[in-house]
This record gives sequence, structure tokens and C-alpha cells, in this order.
Amino acid sequence: MLNKIFRKPQNELEKGGRVPAPTVAEDAELTSTCPICKTATPVSQLWEQLNVCKCGYHFRMNARQRLHVLTAPGSFSELYGDLESRDIIGFPEYERKLKNAQLACGEKEAVICGTAKIGEMPCALFVMEPYFMLGSMGTVVGEKITRLFEYAAENSLPVVGFTVSGGARMQEGILSLMQMAKVSGAVRRHSDAGNFYAVVLTDPTTGGITASFAMEADIIIAEPGATIGFTGARIIEQTTRKKLPDGFQKSEFMLEHGFVDLIVPRPKQKAAIERLLKLHERRAAR
Amino acid sequence: MSTAYDKVKLARAKGRPTGTRYIRGIFTDFIELHGDRCFADDTAIVAGVARLQGDPVTVIAIEKGMDLKEKVYRNFGAPNPEGYRKALRLMKQAEKFRRPVICFVDTAGAVCGIGAEERGQGQAIAMNLMEMMTLKTPILTIFIGEGGSGGALALSVADEVWMLENAFYSVISPESCANILWRDPKRAQEASEDLKLTSDNMRRLGVVEHVFSEKGLGGGELYGTLKNEMINFVCGKMALPVETLLQQRYERFRRFGAAEG
Repeated sequence: MLNKIFRKPQNELEKGGRVPAPTVAEDAELTSTCPICKTATPVSQLWEQLNVCKCGYHFRMNARQRLHVLTAPGSFSELYGDLESRDIIGFPEYERKLKNAQLACGEKEAVICGTAKIGEMPCALFVMEPYFMLGSMGTVVGEKITRLFEYAAENSLPVVGFTVSGGARMQEGILSLMQMAKVSGAVRRHSDAGNFYAVVLTDPTTGGITASFAMEADIIIAEPGATIGFTGARIIEQTTRKKLPDGFQKSEFMLEHGFVDLIVPRPKQKAAIERLLKLHERRAAR
Repeated sequence: MSTAYDKVKLARAKGRPTGTRYIRGIFTDFIELHGDRCFADDTAIVAGVARLQGDPVTVIAIEKGMDLKEKVYRNFGAPNPEGYRKALRLMKQAEKFRRPVICFVDTAGAVCGIGAEERGQGQAIAMNLMEMMTLKTPILTIFIGEGGSGGALALSVADEVWMLENAFYSVISPESCANILWRDPKRAQEASEDLKLTSDNMRRLGVVEHVFSEKGLGGGELYGTLKNEMINFVCGKMALPVETLLQQRYERFRRFGAAEG
């Protein structure tokens, strides 16, 4: 059962990602080595710790795994799960990349949407998938999130979102960029109807996601140590030829500069979100 | 037959008229208004109030600068968060006084830098996208040169978007795209084709409503054509009930990539 939910990340496509490939230890148990404290932790133990190292480093987590730890058992009901991307502008290699991404992570696209309960609180939920083309947003990701906000607005539901994305998906050209505006419109309508939206920014949240729905929530939570920004750090370094300050674009940096409300470590997220949902229950107009 | 990359080069060409030339060529009584009321005035965005054939409008233009001195002063048309916040401030002002907003876009992209990140480049763009979607006054955006990604989109959540024939609009610069795909920025020419970034592609994809010929670029004829079309646009949109205007704007973006099923 656990094996089905906690799939081992197949991150061949994610070179440069932060999850090191599990290495085979002497006793043949898979371990993951923390890039911060260099401790090798058995994968099974890491899963019990929600993929958080003892030193506090947060390894990446796939979307199903998040859903499993976040939502009340049996409460998650997926929406728009049948939408699949296709090569709409004739971009070389895109069909193959899509197929590989689907095979690698077992998801049809880079976001999972649905309704669920977090603790006792019903909500609409989107969770982005880091192992599907680094969570990049094409038309299907944009469409699913837009539909979710529209559904939540119709049903007066709060939205809880988890972002992880390299930004807009260049293989869909300008139509990817248009998704930023499209989703923003739906977020706005949901908000104007008095509904609550909380987002958790996880590593990495960059580009067009930061420049749209990641920054449009009523309450913005960040996972510790996540990279959050508009332009990628490497590009800034290359362009400006300046040394970047320590901790540049990390959650703590974003908190210090006033762009996130709070940082919540993964083991405490469920309780924090449930409390926030309770604090934002719709009240009858006086 | 010119390639996509030829158009990219034309859009970036030296001597191509930049934002403030359009303001001067089309409007009268322009008064520039400065600052985001938070941190600074961004010189890459020129904005203010003016008259379009007698009627007040709010005009916002990304300005690249034409000679080197002006380019440096304008930061080569790369806006900082303050530029987008200034634009939004003046859009809200336009909404209050019920005057249309007209934007000119010409940028390789928003500033990429340490300060821009510290002051929330992503947040500034996000706020514009969300606020423009429900701004209760007509918005028109015209692409006059480069349309670089989120930095261009931040002034383009409009009721209509128009483009000059050699302007382009892209999710990523062809050079960066080539660098990511093939680790070779020199293959930008191929990437330009693949990205479908030209005005005819934009028209086909429904991303822009009008493409204008560049005959007489920088001269009174083109400014005159744009001005006449603008007057028609303003008359048409100002006559709509606000709810209809906003519904149509929402649907304009809602339809992009509405997958079947």
C-alpha cells in the first residue's frame, strides 16, 4: 500500500533537481543523503519523517504523497484528472517529453486538483507535481487550476494550493504565458466572492508561477528553505555578474522581505492549514 | 519571405521608434506622472494622463530609449517592480476617473537582478494580472517591439491587444529557449520559429486582435492609423456596461487552452 503512494521519484528528467538518487548502502537498504548535513537516511525512515531530514532539510515530495499526508483518509476526490496535454504549437520533442514525464511520475500532468477535507475542513485543493517537467505550467495546468477556482467559487469553498514549478512551459509558447492571466482572473473572481485562498510555496516556485497565483493568495505559507523567486538565481548571477547574497530567494529571505506570511515546516502544515481554514469559515452576513 | 528571427531582429533594431514616440505622435496634453508611492520612480516605464482626440486617457509605455544615453537612463526598457506598481497605481486612478487605459509594450523582459527580486518582481507582476482583470475601465495594449514574457504580460491583461507586424510576443526569449533546449544560444533562429512568436502567429492563436502594417513606421501616417483605431476602440468599449466589459475581458483569457473534455 505504502509503495503505491510513496513512489520512488524517477528523476532522470530532473537533472539538477535537489533530490539525490537513492544510493545502495551496504545493507542494501536505499538511503538518501541530505545535501546540507550529508547524513544518509534510509528512504523508509525518511518517508516516515515526511521526507524531512533530521537537520530540517526538506527533500522534494511528489504530489500524491502530499495529498496522502495532508487530506483526511478517503476524503480526496480528484477533479479534471483526465485532461492531458498535447503538442499544440508543433514544438520539437514536446510529445516525447510529455510521454516521458507521464511514464516517469505516473501523473498525466503537472498538477493534481480535487476536493478533500483537511482535518474536518472541506476545501478545493491543487498540488503541483515536481517530477512532471518540473511542474511547468502549460495550458492543461492552467486550465485545471482555473476550473478549480471556478468550481470553488461556485460552491463557496476555500482553495488550498501547493506550488512547485519552474514557471511557464515554453513548449506551449505564448499560450503558456496566457495561463498566468487566465488563472489570475479565476483567483480574482473566487476572492471577490469572499472566499479564502491559502497557498504553500515549495521548492522551487519560480517564474510565471511566482508572477501569478503563488503571490495572489490571501495567506502565503512557505516551506523552509524553498527557492522562491521570479528569475532563476543562476541567470541573475550570469547576467549581473554579482555574487548573490547568502540565502538569496530562500523562504526565509522572502519572509524577511515581506512576501510570505509565514514559514511552516512540513510536519506542521496540516494543522496550520486546518486552523487557518477554521479561522476563515464563511460567516452569515449580519 | 522573412524568417521569425528576422522579425525578432527588426523588433530590436536600432532606430526603431520607442514608447514615448508613440505617446507624442498620437496624444495631446501628455503630462507624465512619476513614482509608485512606495519606493521609487522607474524610468523604464513612462506614464501619465493625456488626451486622445480631446478625451482624457491614461497612457503607460515601456520605454527602451533610442540612443545609448537614453537607453541607459531607461534601463533598456527592463522594468523594475516599481514600474509595474506605478502602472497599476495609474490604472486605478484611470478607473476612478473613468478614463480608458492605453499601454505600449516594448521590453525584452522585466529586470533580472538582486534588487528586483528583493522588492518582489514576481509579486508586482502578479498583482497587475489580477487587478487588471477586474479594472472597471477599458484597457488597450499595443505591442510596438519586443514582448518579453511576464514583463510584457504585466501590462497586457487588456480588452484588446494589438501588434505591429514586426513586433513579437514570447513566453521566453529565443536565446534563452535555445540555451535550455540545446545549450546553445546561437540556435535562437530555430527557437524563434518553434516558439511561434510572430504577429501572424499571435493573430492565428487569438492572442492579438489587430496587426498593423509597419508602412510609415515612425511617421505621422502610422500614428494617425493607430489613433483612429484607438478612438473606435474607446468609443465601442466605453459604451458597454462595466459588467459586460469585464465579462468579455475574463472570457478573452479564459478561452486560451480550454482543452476538450
